[in-house]
Amino acid sequence: MTMAQTTASAQIGPSEGVLTRLSDTLWRRPTLLLLILLTPPALWLGIIYLGSLFALLLQSFFSIDHFTGLINHEFTLATYAELFTPANFDIIRRTVGMAALVTVASAVIAFPIAYYAARYAKGAWRALFYLGIMMPLWSSYLVKVYAWKLILAKEGILTWIFEGLHLTWLLDAYLALPVIGGNSLSVSPTGTFLVFVYVWLPYIVLPIQAALERVPTSMLEASGDLGAKPAQTFRHVLLPLALPGVIAGSIFTFSLTLGDYIIPQIIGTSRLFIGQAVYQHQGIAGNIPLAAAFAVVPIVIMGVYLWIAKRMGAFDAL
Amino acid sequence: MPAVSFDHVSRHFGAVKAVDDVILDIAEGEFFAMLGPSGSGKTTCLRLIAGFERPTAGDIRIFGEPVADLPPYKRQVNTVFQDYALFPHLNVRDNVAYGLMIAGRGKRERHAEAEAALEMVRLGGYGSRKPSELSGGQRQRVALARALVNKPRVLLLDEPLGALDLKLREQMQEELKTLQRQLGITFVFVTHDQGEALSMADRVAVFNEGRIIQVGSPEDIYFRPEVPFVADFVGSSNVLPEALVARLAGETCPAAIRPERLRLTSEGPLKARVTGLSFLGLSTRVSFDAEGTRLTALLPQDVARPREGDEVALSWAAEDLHLMRAGQRANPRAGA
Repeated sequence: MTMAQTTASAQIGPSEGVLTRLSDTLWRRPTLLLLILLTPPALWLGIIYLGSLFALLLQSFFSIDHFTGLINHEFTLATYAELFTPANFDIIRRTVGMAALVTVASAVIAFPIAYYAARYAKGAWRALFYLGIMMPLWSSYLVKVYAWKLILAKEGILTWIFEGLHLTWLLDAYLALPVIGGNSLSVSPTGTFLVFVYVWLPYIVLPIQAALERVPTSMLEASGDLGAKPAQTFRHVLLPLALPGVIAGSIFTFSLTLGDYIIPQIIGTSRLFIGQAVYQHQGIAGNIPLAAAFAVVPIVIMGVYLWIAKRMGAFDAL
Repeated sequence: MPAVSFDHVSRHFGAVKAVDDVILDIAEGEFFAMLGPSGSGKTTCLRLIAGFERPTAGDIRIFGEPVADLPPYKRQVNTVFQDYALFPHLNVRDNVAYGLMIAGRGKRERHAEAEAALEMVRLGGYGSRKPSELSGGQRQRVALARALVNKPRVLLLDEPLGALDLKLREQMQEELKTLQRQLGITFVFVTHDQGEALSMADRVAVFNEGRIIQVGSPEDIYFRPEVPFVADFVGSSNVLPEALVARLAGETCPAAIRPERLRLTSEGPLKARVTGLSFLGLSTRVSFDAEGTRLTALLPQDVARPREGDEVALSWAAEDLHLMRAGQRANPRAGA
């Protein structure tokens, strides 16, 4: 056997396993590999995810016959017009207002936490930080919401604490306020707000922290070196550079609040949020077109939100 | 009055003495280099002047004013950072105008001044670009313009040429020096590159382990090192140990001799064996083992080259053997 034959048989000899030959083939044809890797997720995303979403959106262009309760399969914008009736528009306004407040409050609370974690936390403290942020996500969402009901209820922990501090009058005065007050915190919009902020907070802390970690210390020092006081450095350097993270996080808090239908059902007033409206229209009332039209509202709002964020330069530093 | 003065300044991080009991005066209008290996405390000294660090002991003054309690934004110094630290979300013009914007100057005025500063560093017309669209050398100039536009009394430069390639670095050395002469601003320049320090600075402070080992003109540092560390780090000089010097010159201290001053002769005071040769272009570097001490010589190309393993003798002119008498270390202030 000559030298060349030996080498050849060592490379593509029959002694090699199927897996090795498969690897070789894929190495020679990277497009094939890409196709194999991307097809399942593309199918999942395209058919199951986007497909069903479009099917839902399609429904929003149909209408319901209010006498027979049957769906009229003719294209119409009448269902969208229904969104603007006072009762429905009130739901949209309430939900968007809540989502905006929750997002702003979450961002304000999250920023210092994220800043500390990104700049100062080291070693064990860092691990503790991640644990503290992530652990609430491990337990069931329902458990957390009901736990908050106990905290906020009339006979709950918070009332008890206020009593202990002889501040019951303060709590009562707060609950007597219009719009945000109620019989107790657990049936007030304030209660809904508190629980939303609690439940979504991790989703905004982590993106902000990731964005802050990418800001080199020297950039903050440079700002101070050029005469900027810490507040000015925050406004002109830190915030613009962290903004993509803040926006990313706010997309979570904003859209999660827009779509949630469980928290406002357990904690808060009996007034509906978009998620509850969708739930009731498609389930109980069988008005799928209106439910679909309600479902479009958060999508449109998020689109507008991202467009404004981009116009304001939120992604310039990316 | 010195532009910057350190009076027994220390900066300790726990057990680590980053800067240890440094005494230093930097004169106004001087181009001053802080030279040393990494971790020698030179950058910490710069950060102490800028205000990013606070001394654990001692007193720092900038033009006579004690600055220990002054935050960076209240000091009349500006810094060119090693990584340039340009703001990625602002274009070049707004980067340069940042300090003026903070100072509350109007948009038109600060843009005009920024444009003038960009002209000065030969980047006129680049104002609308983003830092990410510039090359390393251009970013370096923007960082320089951004600092200088504020008309600082002291400009601090932290290894500003470190990230540039050799050709650009040499060009920037020239430009920095010219700029400093034109503006008359005190430049404090941190580098680990001895060539850079020697070619640009009026005076050089050599740092090691948080302390200043020697301060002097480039010629002093290069030709008259006071301690073996300086001889070795700055000039790659040969350091002869005490025992050898005692035999050769009758003095009990180490001595330095520059590689280009060593001569190969058939008869000489020091016997050596050639251990290696490398061709450098202008000269040939020859390594020797001389009675257990490693020495190098730079031989011009017109001199006959020895071969590896040759037994030779080394000689030198008496004035080229620089004695480093222990305890003769001068007060760093004396050089000012």
